[in-house]
Amino acid sequence: MATRSASVSISRASAVASTLPDDRWKLLEIVFWLLPVLAFFVFPNYRVLGSQILITGLFAVSLDLILGYAGIVSLGHAAFFGVGAYAAGLLAVHGWHEPITGLVVAAIVAAAVGYPVSFLVVRGSDLTRLMVTLGIGLMLWEVANKAAFVTGGVDGLAGVTIDPIFGVGRFDIGGRTAYVYALAVVFIVFVVLRRIVHSPFGLSLRGIREGAKRMPAIGAPVARRLRTIFTIAAAVAGIAGALIAQTTQFVGIDTLGFPRSAELLIMLVLGGAGRLYGGLVGAALFMIAQDYLSGIDPVYWQFWIGFFLVVIVLFAHGGILGGLDTLRTRLRPRQ
Amino acid sequence: MIGNVIGVLFDGLAYGSLLFIIAVGLSVTLGLMNFVNLAHGTFAMIGGYVCVLLMTRAGVPFLATLPIAFAAAALVGLVLEVTLYRRLYKASPLDQVLFSIGIVFMSIAMATYWFGASQQPVALPSYLRGQVHLPGLDLGVYRLFLIVVVAALTLVLQYLLDRTRFGSQVRASVDNATAAAGLGIDVNRVFALTFALGSGLAGLGGALGIDVLGLDPTFPLKYIVYFLLVVSVGGSGTMKGPLIAALILGVFDVAGKYYLPQIGGFVIYALMVILLIVFPAGLYARRA
Amino acid sequence: MKQVQSLLAALLGALALAATPCAHAQNTIKVGVIAAFSGPFADYGGQIEAGMKAYMKEHGDTVAGKKIELITRDTKGPAPEVAKRLAQELITRDKVQFLAGFGLTPNAMAVAPVVTEAKVPMVISNAATSSITTKSPYITRVSMTIPQIAEPLAQWALKNGIKQVYTVVADYGPGIDAETQFTKTFKAGGGQIVGSVRTPLQNPDFSAAVQRVKDAKPQAVFVFLPAGEQGVAFVKGFNERGLGDAGIRMIATGDITDDHVLAAMGDATLGMITAFHYSSAHDSPENTAFLKAYAAANDAKAGAPNFMAAAGYDTMHVIYEVSRKLNGNIDGDQAMAAIKGMKWMSPRGPVEIDPATRDIDQTVYIRKVEKVNGKLANVEFDKIPDVKDPGK
Repeated sequence: MATRSASVSISRASAVASTLPDDRWKLLEIVFWLLPVLAFFVFPNYRVLGSQILITGLFAVSLDLILGYAGIVSLGHAAFFGVGAYAAGLLAVHGWHEPITGLVVAAIVAAAVGYPVSFLVVRGSDLTRLMVTLGIGLMLWEVANKAAFVTGGVDGLAGVTIDPIFGVGRFDIGGRTAYVYALAVVFIVFVVLRRIVHSPFGLSLRGIREGAKRMPAIGAPVARRLRTIFTIAAAVAGIAGALIAQTTQFVGIDTLGFPRSAELLIMLVLGGAGRLYGGLVGAALFMIAQDYLSGIDPVYWQFWIGFFLVVIVLFAHGGILGGLDTLRTRLRPRQ
Repeated sequence: MIGNVIGVLFDGLAYGSLLFIIAVGLSVTLGLMNFVNLAHGTFAMIGGYVCVLLMTRAGVPFLATLPIAFAAAALVGLVLEVTLYRRLYKASPLDQVLFSIGIVFMSIAMATYWFGASQQPVALPSYLRGQVHLPGLDLGVYRLFLIVVVAALTLVLQYLLDRTRFGSQVRASVDNATAAAGLGIDVNRVFALTFALGSGLAGLGGALGIDVLGLDPTFPLKYIVYFLLVVSVGGSGTMKGPLIAALILGVFDVAGKYYLPQIGGFVIYALMVILLIVFPAGLYARRA
Repeated sequence: MKQVQSLLAALLGALALAATPCAHAQNTIKVGVIAAFSGPFADYGGQIEAGMKAYMKEHGDTVAGKKIELITRDTKGPAPEVAKRLAQELITRDKVQFLAGFGLTPNAMAVAPVVTEAKVPMVISNAATSSITTKSPYITRVSMTIPQIAEPLAQWALKNGIKQVYTVVADYGPGIDAETQFTKTFKAGGGQIVGSVRTPLQNPDFSAAVQRVKDAKPQAVFVFLPAGEQGVAFVKGFNERGLGDAGIRMIATGDITDDHVLAAMGDATLGMITAFHYSSAHDSPENTAFLKAYAAANDAKAGAPNFMAAAGYDTMHVIYEVSRKLNGNIDGDQAMAAIKGMKWMSPRGPVEIDPATRDIDQTVYIRKVEKVNGKLANVEFDKIPDVKDPGK
């Protein structure tokens, strides 16, 4: 009798242990990151699309930080994307053409905008937070439109010329440089975020998401943690925005718009929130499908994306990655 | 100058009344089922298209289309509630947001497919056009009509909620659904009927509003911000909250655009953010 | 496991094959059309394409022994990074010889560096900001610019006894361009701007703006609003508050009474005076031929043709003429040389591509909304010929 209960408790303990995050790179992750490298060679005519998928993927991951890990539903995340894009774009237009410093400046500016906003976002109910983020996104759009003498307004900011990276890679029409640049930046930032998410700080965020009222009981400062992750997410979104400004040499006011925030949310949920890779998977699937399907019939595209959203929410919880996870646990032999 | 202030106030109240009519249904569904329904604009759009189609293709007079718009939107709401929405009452707000966005996308695609992407022609009957000329003041007839309709509607809804059996069932279910069920109230039926009522009100608001707001397939997305604004600032689960919020927002929006047009566009958003910071649960929140 | 691996390999191989472009391009001239075909701006791409199809229906789809092939790509609205990517893909993957379309300015601006590098001629079928043609030597425009319409309107107003105007425009690039040009020309001619207001882009309610105009009691109000519900709302507000009865006239650029949506705007628009380069009621053999071809090439869903369809038609004219002149071998520099100074009789009237700016010079008409055969139409009653874009 005693041995049976002991073995049961051991298997239960190992089952729990397998869900705790650890920082070792899994095989699947390594394969995942080899895919964009492979795609560069296998799909040479799709490099521009590929670079934009990577950039949007990073943007989606930044939303995942606040949505999947901290539980804040935001409909205004594009505000930080746009702020980063304009920061990098304006820097280039006014004479500083080096790309890497552009990224750093964009991250800092976006974080500087994100930090005060974070104070507003940590209070209130879900609906309140939704509206506050939405309202701030909309106001920022109005500001960018009003300040058209700086931002170019609705017509956009042209003339964002970027020097070749490290003096070697010119931004060419085939998108080769854009792709390599985007992949490198996205990978590096992702590695940093992965480390954060697997740290005690990241764990505490999950605790906050699951039960914010209980967290102070273990001494975790809820509001401060939320503000920190919100600011980090803003900075990362800013980097993504800067990437799009630098690789397309243009900043449109749509980078700040509500449709961008809404589409981002959809992509993240499609891929699966709270799993860090969900943003990348969702962005890839969404943009590839959109590129392929909207050529066939644009009206159908909107219908089917709505349909899939409904289906995912009702039946395929956790998006693609969630579904794969469920599949994996189902297929795993029972202990 | 006094005439101008009253004129601006009047215009603001009319605009606010319009916002309220469309948003009140959302307040009820949000407050009762705690469901963040971004597809609320879809029901308004249904009401709008029903109104336009009946007027242009069947020659039905404008006022007669209003109850039909209400009924059509209520019916669609009822069907959707029973089949789909009901499964998501316990879901997370994110799921609800995404689900309702999915419904919005599908409705926009369907409307584009059936009616085309352009604006629909809206022609009010002549007795609702023009202005009423009072000494020192000109008041738009249609805006007066909107204010009157909203006032009447508010009274009817208040009566419904306060004095009827159904109303008390709704209020009981809002306060505590489990206890209400325990008392023998068919909570499912209450939810379904309330959702239908909320959708119907949206449809009515849509039909009333298309003269001001225009009607094309992107209607639900274009104005969703305004409905959410009214409900989040006003507080869900009550009627008083959204009414006051809608009127305040309407007046400030019009006043801002009239007196300070340079910042006109900001006023409504800035006001919303400020009010939400001061009243995170809305002006008159009801939910326990 | 082995089966999965081989399946995966086969799949990758098939995809790689599909990704490489096919090399039959010798007998076709490909035209990449980048515009919005879905979303709130779906009518822009829809009309441009419909106009293009009309031209191809009328003139056949072969020029200099080569077939003209349209490849349309959807930007879904203002999305400069998407437009740029589509342009890059059309040029590198599909090997198009022309780019056309561009209903919205930011999309055209983002693509400009691409055509400069690739030396591909780009024909703008709608985007109306003056500075677009200055962004690349390979860009030409066959539609119009906003200052090009606002200037003659101001001149006409001054000539017809309107000396005091209040301006109402939407607060965004095109609106501000319109206000700036109108104000400049009007003041230069001795007119007085008694007031101006810029309305926010997201603006369902115009009561404040209309009331301000009424308070100021100008002789006329100059309006520029994006086509769609804003124009309708303003006109309704104008009528509802009795501004017309108070003796205030409304003058606007023709976008507000766009032929495609005029029927939906209804009788509220009767009597409105607008300035524009194209009216579908224009009485000329070229326009009659265009309308006939439009109806033949498109089904009823395309709706009534407007200035964007006419621009699409003229876009194809330019492409056909260039292809004919170069005998089907499209070289970017030679194409632009052929385009500069090109003159023809468009459905709208006589037009010329200015050799210096590569922008379009055309006649601007002053029209009034009247009922013709029971339907609303913009009836031309005055004109200013040879208007160059004053924005340069």
